[in-house]
Amino acid sequence: MTIGLTPEMILGMVLLTPAIGACVIGATHNFPILREAASLFVAVILCGQVVWLLLDNLAGGVTQLVVLDMAPGLTLLFSVEPLGLVFATLASALWIVITIYSIGYMRSKKEAHQTRFYICFALAMASTMGVAFAGNLITLFLFYEMLTLSTYPLVVHHETDEARRAGRVYLGVLLSTSILFLLPAIIWTWFVTGTLDFTKGGILAGKIAGPEAAILFALYLFGAGKAALMPFHRWLPAAMVAPTPVSAFLHAVAVVKAGVFAVLKIGVYIFGVEFLSSIQAGEWMMWVAAFSLIAASIIAMRKDELKARLAYSTVAQLAYVTLGVSLASVMGVVGGAMQLVSHALGKITLFMCAGAIYLASGKRKISEMRGLGRVMPFTFGAFLLGAISIIGIPPTGGAWSKWFLMMGAADSGQQVMIGIWMVSTLLSIAYLIPLVARGFFLPLQDEADRPQAQGFEISVIRLARLREAPLLCVVPACVTAIVSVLIYFAGPAIAGFILPVLGP
Amino acid sequence: MMGGHLPILEVMLPLAAAPLCALVRRPMVAWGVAVAATLFALAGAFMLLTQVWSAGKLFYHIGGWAPPWGIEFRLDAANSFVLAIVSLIGAVCAIYGRESVAREIAVQDQPLFYTMLLLCFAGMLGVVSTGDAFNLFVFLEICSLSSYVLVAMAGARERRALTAAFTYLLFGTIGATFYVIGLGLVYSLTGTLNMADMALRISDLGDNNALQVGFAFIIVGIGLKLAIFPLHQWLPNVYTYAPAMVTAFLAGTAGKVAIYVMLRFLFTVFHPAFHFEAVTLQYFLLPLGLAALFIASVVAIFQSNVKRLLAYSSIAQVGYILVGVSLANISGLTAAILHVFNHALMKSGLFLAVGCVVYRTGSCSVSAFRGLGGQMPWTMAAFVVGGLSMIGVPATVGFISKWHLVLAAMERGWWPVAFAMIAGSLLALFYFGRVIEAAYLYPAPEGRLVTEAPIGMVLPLWVLTVSCLALGIDSEFTVTAARAAAEALLFDPHNGLPAQAGP
Repeated sequence: MTIGLTPEMILGMVLLTPAIGACVIGATHNFPILREAASLFVAVILCGQVVWLLLDNLAGGVTQLVVLDMAPGLTLLFSVEPLGLVFATLASALWIVITIYSIGYMRSKKEAHQTRFYICFALAMASTMGVAFAGNLITLFLFYEMLTLSTYPLVVHHETDEARRAGRVYLGVLLSTSILFLLPAIIWTWFVTGTLDFTKGGILAGKIAGPEAAILFALYLFGAGKAALMPFHRWLPAAMVAPTPVSAFLHAVAVVKAGVFAVLKIGVYIFGVEFLSSIQAGEWMMWVAAFSLIAASIIAMRKDELKARLAYSTVAQLAYVTLGVSLASVMGVVGGAMQLVSHALGKITLFMCAGAIYLASGKRKISEMRGLGRVMPFTFGAFLLGAISIIGIPPTGGAWSKWFLMMGAADSGQQVMIGIWMVSTLLSIAYLIPLVARGFFLPLQDEADRPQAQGFEISVIRLARLREAPLLCVVPACVTAIVSVLIYFAGPAIAGFILPVLGP
Repeated sequence: MMGGHLPILEVMLPLAAAPLCALVRRPMVAWGVAVAATLFALAGAFMLLTQVWSAGKLFYHIGGWAPPWGIEFRLDAANSFVLAIVSLIGAVCAIYGRESVAREIAVQDQPLFYTMLLLCFAGMLGVVSTGDAFNLFVFLEICSLSSYVLVAMAGARERRALTAAFTYLLFGTIGATFYVIGLGLVYSLTGTLNMADMALRISDLGDNNALQVGFAFIIVGIGLKLAIFPLHQWLPNVYTYAPAMVTAFLAGTAGKVAIYVMLRFLFTVFHPAFHFEAVTLQYFLLPLGLAALFIASVVAIFQSNVKRLLAYSSIAQVGYILVGVSLANISGLTAAILHVFNHALMKSGLFLAVGCVVYRTGSCSVSAFRGLGGQMPWTMAAFVVGGLSMIGVPATVGFISKWHLVLAAMERGWWPVAFAMIAGSLLALFYFGRVIEAAYLYPAPEGRLVTEAPIGMVLPLWVLTVSCLALGIDSEFTVTAARAAAEALLFDPHNGLPAQAGP
């Protein structure tokens, strides 16, 4: 690295890079090749910057960036800490993957408004970085809302009546929950503590107690509407109307992950794990999350449309994180953070596969996908690995999150929750594996259904009977599938990285 | 030399410029005079504001007559801040007027239009500056009468503006009459018209039935001008049918001036310790404020005319301000005054944006907004910022207002009120959502080819939009000013009258 480049500058650049990228993308509107190259370039640069910050933090650097005072006491503050680094690294790395995938997908589908699409991607990424590195609640809230607004055009991308309806639900639920629950919770916190800074060990200890603490905790958990805790989960299935790269982006990179990340941050740095366990605030939120988990899994099983099934699967899998935080044990939080990582890798794989299947065969319904595995083995193979990771079978990343979460449940004496996780694991096998089994073991429905990848990006994989989706769509899915297996070996390292901030 | 006379020049110069506009027959010259006068007032207002901040209160005795016999202009942190709001909105709207007025008002009427605009503007500045309760009434009438004319001037194109203006006149006159009746009662008890002197004598008077009646008349009279729910009947039609620029101007100033007068009477002339007032605040203003906030917002959701939608939104926002006032503590009052300023910025900006749309499409129904996101990108972007600000999304002034209002309610321990305000602000999401969705997600009607509004309109609009964002990200100036204003109102009840000036 060049001498004179301080971590503060890098942190500032992390926040600015995607925003500048959005301008460049807008400027190259008339040159699709340049526009897509710019998107990819910005994604790579951003990932490099985040990794730089990660290495600096591992070397013991402590970075903070004060931008300005929004009002007396309300500071726009960014800071680098392990949880944020994990999230930012994950999001920025997956942004590269999803950009490559988008290029393949959008070109094959000849989608309209592609410039707006890439601009909004970049703006959403800027907001995500803001969320990841927010140093206090008000900064988090600011970028959290920006993220909602910048992803709205992505959700309504097709501008059909259905998309408009979905957009209304999306914006309505996300803004309502954040204004109705999250904002009062933040003001309340400010009112009782006089600070909003994310502080190791929490800021609320001794400032609030009893049922009030429980209400505040509930306000936070429901207020982070992006975490899709039932009954505020409707926006997530609604948003499935968007193009598949957007779904993958929402589920794995930006929106949903920002929600559970906010839950983790608030649990760790506002309440503090120790305080949380001392006040029993999580006791009944735990049951809300458990209900969300089981109910969403059951709904997922009943959905025939693949994307809808994956959406409900996300609702269920994210309740893991909320549940982990509600357990109020160190291991539960570690498990939640691990779940953030492994679910992102697993779910992005599944969505990219769903998109690839749709591109190649035009099929959305699981019941129609029989036999496709034989002609699209790479896509279905990747889907299988992603599914295994979501289910949590070793050796995949998902195994670690389950492990830590169950340890957390045992630590806080909630053995019932272990049972709930076991049930949910069985349910996730039931809703993910049949697709793969049908794909590989049943014959093709009829020969006319043989996928015909069309358009500009015809796949090079056309050996014998194989008819794969465009290369730019299949390769990213395979890469994330493999990484979601490899992350198994990094599990202890990630846990070790996060653990120090959870202590008192 | 001039510095000493600035308080009176601030009002007199626009007042004197008004007939000048009527004398010149050239619309552009009249426009130039109006812009020059408002810009002067803007510069003057900020000079006065800094003077008040550095030197404390400013006194100006008209004609050298000492109060309480003579008329006195008295500027403290509260009214100099309102002066700044009014002159800022006035200057922006005047500049915006060139294209907009040229389109909506007949050529021969345009000089008269600017005359009325300046009269109205000067009247407001006078209301804000004066320390004399009857002089306040005179200025109030100057500004009211000219504003009726301003609304009626749209009558040539839109006949309904005439009935709107007439209703406005009726309600306004009743309000002014109530004010004078109340003032007469108070005068009969105190024998003075100087507000600071009046305050002193009222506090000696103790509880008194006539005083309570006078107080009630004054509050209801101002309430009519302010369009407190349910005294708001005149407002939606006025805002809907008035010329675009007049709507933006009135939305950002008229209500704000009325709120200032109400604050002056609630906290300077009368005092929260006055038993009847505490009751009024808690059992009269607070419920009405909350009712306005919900009912007007819900009504706004069902409007198909965007100007009318914004008018109902204004009534709802007055509700927020009243809730802040009724908290009657320093944070509540700070929040209320802060919202007065912030709301002036965002609502004027929104009306200016609608004015641009009317200029190009000739309509302000929600369906006319279809496809404008692409056809008028700058106007619609400003509209979106204004809408987000009304919803209270962070990084806009609306967020800062809401933050302080909710925090103040929590400080007072009124938790349900705090949550009610938050829930109410959510309703804004629904009515702005409709307009924004139409603008961006629906194609333009077949064959309608419109382009961006002229730069002379978009630029003033964006001045307000940028300040909406800038003051939302860094709110130090507005919060400090609002707090100083609240302190001046609350902790300085007699406003520094030299001890026992009267006989």
